[in-house]
Amino acid sequence: MTGPLIQIRNVSKSYRRDSMSIPVLQRISLDVPEGEFIALMGPSGSGKTTLLNLIAGIDRPNEGSITVDGTEVTKLGESELAKWRARHIGFVFQFYNLIPVLTAYENVELPLLLTPLSKAERKQHVTTALGLVGLADRLHHYPRQLSGGQEQRVAIARAIAPDPTILVADEPTGDLDRQSAEEVLTLLDRLNKEFKKTVVMVTHDPHAAQRARTVRHLEKGELQ
Amino acid sequence: MRVLKIVLRNALRHKLRTALTIVGIATAVMAFGMIRTVVTAWNAGVTASATNRMITRHRVSIIFPVPLTDRMQISRVPSVVGVSWANWFGGVYGDPNDFKNFWPRFAVDASTYFTLYPEFQVPPDQLQAFQKERNACIVGRKLAREHGFKLGDVISMEGDIYPGPWQFVVRGIYTGRDPSVDETQMFFHWEYLYEQVKQREPGRGVDAGFYILKIDPPSAMATVAATVDSAFTNSSAPTKTESEREFQQGFVSMSSAIITSLKVISLVIVGILLLVLANTIVMAARERTREYAVLKTLGFQGRHIAAFIIGESLLIGLIGGLIGLALTFPVVHGFGMALPGFFPVIRVEPLTIVLALGAAVFAALVAGALPTLRVVRTSIVNGLRMIG
Repeated sequence: MTGPLIQIRNVSKSYRRDSMSIPVLQRISLDVPEGEFIALMGPSGSGKTTLLNLIAGIDRPNEGSITVDGTEVTKLGESELAKWRARHIGFVFQFYNLIPVLTAYENVELPLLLTPLSKAERKQHVTTALGLVGLADRLHHYPRQLSGGQEQRVAIARAIAPDPTILVADEPTGDLDRQSAEEVLTLLDRLNKEFKKTVVMVTHDPHAAQRARTVRHLEKGELQ
Repeated sequence: MRVLKIVLRNALRHKLRTALTIVGIATAVMAFGMIRTVVTAWNAGVTASATNRMITRHRVSIIFPVPLTDRMQISRVPSVVGVSWANWFGGVYGDPNDFKNFWPRFAVDASTYFTLYPEFQVPPDQLQAFQKERNACIVGRKLAREHGFKLGDVISMEGDIYPGPWQFVVRGIYTGRDPSVDETQMFFHWEYLYEQVKQREPGRGVDAGFYILKIDPPSAMATVAATVDSAFTNSSAPTKTESEREFQQGFVSMSSAIITSLKVISLVIVGILLLVLANTIVMAARERTREYAVLKTLGFQGRHIAAFIIGESLLIGLIGGLIGLALTFPVVHGFGMALPGFFPVIRVEPLTIVLALGAAVFAALVAGALPTLRVVRTSIVNGLRMIG
């Protein structure tokens, strides 16, 4: 592939609150090359999470286009977009968002249920992903039986299990203590360096941002 | 398989809430099944009516007799291939306040009645014994079981329409040809009634209460009715001839308001069932809005979310429905035992089973559809903001 993996062109996004339109992003343009580890920083309300959601295809811009790996995601229909997310995006949330009634193994297996993989192949993917995040011995633990750091690592395993093109992480260390945060950042760093995953991370923590290769600042909906 | 697992685990998240919902559905389904069964039992006589029999009675009311001599004229009408007659006897057996002691008692023409009612199956030797003995009677199997009547037993009762003490010897026990046949009736000789009344109340006449006509072919019923009734138009006892079904329907229609009320109540129960289940599913879906948003982020689509929500609704609805249905059988049985005279044929019909389960499934689908629609329409971003 030639050119950047993620190509954002003149993207604007605003939300409606009652009858008011609140602009969040204003004519943003950004290129993210393949294999990049980029951190988006900025104060609350600067639009960094909105930009991340647009890149991940869970929200749509009002204007502009977003092209990922040659696909203009802003033109995809709902069903196609869902399939595209399943194939290309691994999402890591601030609050882990694991399904509480499923074990670590079953949570990681969830996105694989949308693939044509056999049960044995799914098992291999799940155990590999959980092994990679250092939780091979926690396969059958429920989220309530894990610490916050372990839950976030399960969430990362869930994100990487289908081998996505891009890993997007929204404040992945925001709810963790210093040590757990370090472990998670090391893991993201490793996924980027060893496994060549493109990582887009939103954070307001300068320490976390230091782990990224590129840091971009957002201020009032504009890239600085 | 994984979907089923998730559905099951979701249903068990709030065990008490799920259990209470299941109990609510089971109760509603049981009440629905019970009411449907009572309505069916009410119509049992109509359902069991033969298609080739007609009833001729006094035009004014069934309580007025028709002359016995009419039978000769009726039997000569084309397409009438058999004629018999019977009288409602009434009488009081044992404690009159005990429902169990009320059952239909008819004085019938012993030589012809059972040939017109092949659904009452009497062993030939017992029928012969009955026909030979003037004060003999034949009782239904269910009635005999209920009161412990055996062949040779004497049934004593007090007459009301025909006053005085009456005694009948059980010489036969009939069984129904199929489960829809009423096995709680008692038949004795019309001649016995006639002779006894003559002795006890000289001057009081005893005529036929009503005639039973066997028609061949059944398509001739309308012509037969017109011919018979026109023959007696100007007599002292003008008649009304109608199919057995219409005759039975006449009794049922007297209580049509009650039946209609019961039918309305059964629909209300379906509504209650729907609300009970909808309340639980709406609550559960609202609590999990964030989780569904996460699933959508992972690539799950509306149909997957629908499978989770409607699947849970169906699971709870079906478990409740099956428990309710299972409870309906003993409740109906107990009801039939408590009121044998009112509901001689009471059983849970296959249609009732289908409708009861159908009501549970319908309620589950509707209860699941509304929250599904809401969750599917909620954007991922808004869903992720929700705090369950």
